[in-house]
Amino acid sequence: MPEIVLAAARFGFLVLLWIFVFTVVGVIRRDLFAGSRAGRLVAAPRGVNVAAGARPAKVRKGRAAHQLVVTAGALAGTKITLGEAPITIGRAEDSTLVITDDYASARHARLIPRDGQWVLEDLGSTNGTYLDRTKVSGPTPVPLGVPIRIGRTSLELRP
Amino acid sequence: MSTPATPIAATPVVVPAVPRVPKAARATRRTELSLLILGMIMVAAYLAAVEANMLGKITPDFWVPAGLLGATFAALHVVIRFRAPFADPVLLPAVALLNGLGVAFLRRLDLGRVKAPEREALTIFTGDGGKQLIWTLIAVFGAAVFLWFIRDHREISKYAWTLGLAGIVLVILPMLLPASISEVNEAKLWIKFGDLFAIQPGEFAKLALLAFFAYYLVRKREVLALASRRFMGIDFPRGRDLGPVLVVWVMSLMVLVFEKDLGTSLLYFGMFVVTLYIATERVSWLIIGLLLFFGGAGLAYFLAETAGGPFASFGKRVDVWLDPFEDPHKSGYQLSQSLMGLGTGGMFGTGPGAGNPLLVPEVRNDFIFAGIGEEVGLFGLTALLVLYLLVVERGLRAGLTVRDSFGKLLAGGLAFTLGLQVFVIIGGVSKLIPLTGQTTPFLSAGGSSLVANWLLVAVLLRISDAARTPATMTLGGARQ
Repeated sequence: MPEIVLAAARFGFLVLLWIFVFTVVGVIRRDLFAGSRAGRLVAAPRGVNVAAGARPAKVRKGRAAHQLVVTAGALAGTKITLGEAPITIGRAEDSTLVITDDYASARHARLIPRDGQWVLEDLGSTNGTYLDRTKVSGPTPVPLGVPIRIGRTSLELRP
Repeated sequence: MSTPATPIAATPVVVPAVPRVPKAARATRRTELSLLILGMIMVAAYLAAVEANMLGKITPDFWVPAGLLGATFAALHVVIRFRAPFADPVLLPAVALLNGLGVAFLRRLDLGRVKAPEREALTIFTGDGGKQLIWTLIAVFGAAVFLWFIRDHREISKYAWTLGLAGIVLVILPMLLPASISEVNEAKLWIKFGDLFAIQPGEFAKLALLAFFAYYLVRKREVLALASRRFMGIDFPRGRDLGPVLVVWVMSLMVLVFEKDLGTSLLYFGMFVVTLYIATERVSWLIIGLLLFFGGAGLAYFLAETAGGPFASFGKRVDVWLDPFEDPHKSGYQLSQSLMGLGTGGMFGTGPGAGNPLLVPEVRNDFIFAGIGEEVGLFGLTALLVLYLLVVERGLRAGLTVRDSFGKLLAGGLAFTLGLQVFVIIGGVSKLIPLTGQTTPFLSAGGSSLVANWLLVAVLLRISDAARTPATMTLGGARQ
């Protein structure tokens, strides 16, 4: 066997070995990052899964909500101008609306814009989220002026 | 699982219509198959390079071992398609490549043992390489049977107590048997059936004990996690909750003393402590575990230096570890040869078949990593280590994703055990820690180790299938 063939075999094998390793890493990478978008492999959490880069909600002027107003509770009078980002509500410091209410959970509920509507979703809170008198169990569209009740706090969407 | 034979079975057994395997799962399986083929091509390339170096030419049937192995793994792949369609696509090909390289390297050692003119006459079913090939067939068959019949990993927890008892018996058996049956190279870890073959019950005990630990800790986790005393900012468990930990500690020390094997002892203990840690998420267990282990090992060394007796062989190993070149022709021979082999290999190795791995005693099992290292160099060894790392990572990932606690503990524990075993033996071979006689998973010659480790992979595949099956589907059997 000529030297050159042996050298080619020697280094060729090592290169192949690393190609295999990187292919495997590529598969794992695809698995980790693609899994969340195209056909989740893992069970999706209850409710909607609006990716941050999803197409912006089509806001119809006039009837769309532009403000979230706290009507009752310790924060009564607070107004939040609504944009395109979801609103999280709870006692956790990083919530969009931090409510100091004994009956609220750390991550209590969230409001997500979808197709020009705001959808209310309970995040597994202890005492539940109510839309007017009905308990919210799945993602529920919120009409204007209907009170959202979380503990002693009441919120409304306003135009 | 089985259909009740009695006619009074109250509810008729509903045979579910074969569910259509969704696209995502089929793509996963295609990935697995292509990786598997790539892996087998590499085994064939390795075999070709070995023949080029050792025979001076490449015989027309150099690829046969790779082809046989490929067919075996492909059969397992088909079983996975039917019985675990969502399972992780990386586990099988990575392990198959390691196993294939092991077989190819053992064949290379067989070729090295005979004189150059006789090498061509050596068929693939002779020597260690041939034996390993047959053991691989048996081991993969075992894994396939497991995947075919155990449709849900939670079924294992039904037999937890039986498995725990079996595990302890398997650990203790070699201690009690006379040395003529159980001792090989100073380690009493074996059960020899004449000269025909010997099994290492410890390899199976590992799996059985882990299943029991997982089951026990799922039931006990609250007590172990919550009842505690705070000391120096870390929550420590109550005295009485330490009981089971101490039992396992004593057991592993007994293994150390009576079976003269540090590696196995470290493996059992590490396995238990880590499962405990996964169950309770409490760092204090890791601290307690490390302190107990280092305390125990230090004490054993102290006793070896002063009292000798059953501790003597452990003391000898530590001395060799501290300075293998103090007596490089006798006690330090094996380790110093291993280090020199790795040094000869350097960055890129001497090339497959071009080194002298047979200078290292026991290169076919304990020191296989040093032997391979001489021929593929640091560059190749790192790739092999990364492969092990990826297998362990996929195991831990399955544990993180699966929805039941038993599965979490079992997958996490198994993956960690595999990683720990690789660390213990490769650390020993490269003089990072005192050498202990462990097999290198999937590479070393040895049937017990192969069968047990393939079973471990089968369990991981089963759990990863459960973890990745969409919640609404009822594939893989009884899951709802």
